[in-house]
Amino acid sequence: MSVLTNNIDLYLRAFGTTIQLFFFSAIGSLVLGTFLAMLRVSPVPVLRAAATTYVTLLRNTPLTLVFFFFLFAYPLLKILQLEPFPAAAVALTLYTSAFICEVVRSGINTVPVGQAEASRALGLTFSQMLSNVVLPQAVRSVVPPLVSTLIALLKNTTIAAGFSVAEAGSISYSLSEQGEDLLAGLAWVAVFFVVLVIPLTLLQRSLEKRWSVAR
Amino acid sequence: MTSVLFDVPGPKARTRHRAMAVVGTLGLLALIAFVLYRFYDSGQFTAKKWEWLQYEAIQIGLLEGYLATLQAFAVAAVGALLFGAVFATARLSDHKFFSAPATAIVEFFRAVPLLIMMFLLYFGFPTIGVKMTPFVVVVISLILYNGSVLAEVFRAGILSLPRGQSEAAYALGMRKTQVMVLVLLPQALRAMLPTIISQLVVLLKDTALGFIITYEELLYYAKNLGGSLEFSRPFVPVTIVVAVMYIATCLLLTWLATYLEKRNRRSSKVAHIDTKKAEETVLVGDSTI
Repeated sequence: MSVLTNNIDLYLRAFGTTIQLFFFSAIGSLVLGTFLAMLRVSPVPVLRAAATTYVTLLRNTPLTLVFFFFLFAYPLLKILQLEPFPAAAVALTLYTSAFICEVVRSGINTVPVGQAEASRALGLTFSQMLSNVVLPQAVRSVVPPLVSTLIALLKNTTIAAGFSVAEAGSISYSLSEQGEDLLAGLAWVAVFFVVLVIPLTLLQRSLEKRWSVAR
Repeated sequence: MTSVLFDVPGPKARTRHRAMAVVGTLGLLALIAFVLYRFYDSGQFTAKKWEWLQYEAIQIGLLEGYLATLQAFAVAAVGALLFGAVFATARLSDHKFFSAPATAIVEFFRAVPLLIMMFLLYFGFPTIGVKMTPFVVVVISLILYNGSVLAEVFRAGILSLPRGQSEAAYALGMRKTQVMVLVLLPQALRAMLPTIISQLVVLLKDTALGFIITYEELLYYAKNLGGSLEFSRPFVPVTIVVAVMYIATCLLLTWLATYLEKRNRRSSKVAHIDTKKAEETVLVGDSTI
């Protein structure tokens, strides 16, 4: 307990950075992931192929390697210099967006074809069909897996600690410099994560239960 | 292309799609050209940066790193499958004595980030006198995390089996253990095989985390190689080569998963269970990232 009370500002600062990192990469990957999903369901073969290639490549690359690229290799390309924090956010965004793309795409695919055909037969325009018929149904099957993708993102932010971003994972480095009890200190980090993750898991399960009945 | 969103295109839509295709292709080409130009401009294509590929010692080093990755993967995969089977069974037990702690353990290890687990074992445990090599730490953390996820996969698989299976087994006079081991688990395993393999792909990718706690695997070797001044810091070429190695291995596993799924669907031995539903439950519960 003393480890926690003595270093409470360290914990708060580190978890603050974690949540910031989570927030920025969540927004980024939601936007990029939805855009990629749009490409993947588009009627233009080239765009579909491009998005599919991106998703296949990123999904089969370890996130650590993506970080590795952005922290070590990317600066050598001399495009735009990034501090570790934005670089970590970019790495997380690129990686997570591939998964979000899949979630959104499979959500759209769960809507029966008849729904869209019926709405076209009624003379709805494309945007009317999307906003009044397809998306409300797709959301039911998209949101629960989306929440669990975001939970995974929250846990993945810790990898940034290995690449000199001062977030929750890096608490161990600071504690060992101060010669604190690392076991207790890290156990507290784990507990914090459990506290952050469990409510999200419960939320996702209840959403899933409620919506799977309605379907 | 989904048939949900778009009608069969007419002449106007076809023209529009063609225009979008041209614009899209140009955009993509521009992006690729820009990246290639940056590569060229920052000297990534110079022979000096790629020279290392010819050295036998480096080839062997890369191969050894790759083998270390595979080694951690193999040991952890076997361990995680066992852990998953045991804890899924425990969670489904009728006795609170088994099911309650199993639930708590599975939920806990699923919630803790893998890297924090590794740090805990690698930096935390030596303070109470338990010192482990990086390899052991990587393997144990991978087993605990992926084993917990797999426990949920198995559980969903077992729950998706028709009730008749266990009822028939009980009617034949089997004991609970026999029903689980001989009847339910094998069927669940087959039904969930694709999901299990995609979780193993996650496990393979997660071995790369060992790099952060100095387990000498592929990425660790890549870091040292990339930083070597002798070859003027070939980080970019090294990343590309290592990425190809990882992606090829993961794709091979994914390909195995789709192959097995196809074979499963054809086989009449597998009871026609609603695996789709079971998979959804699991994938929703634990996104395989």
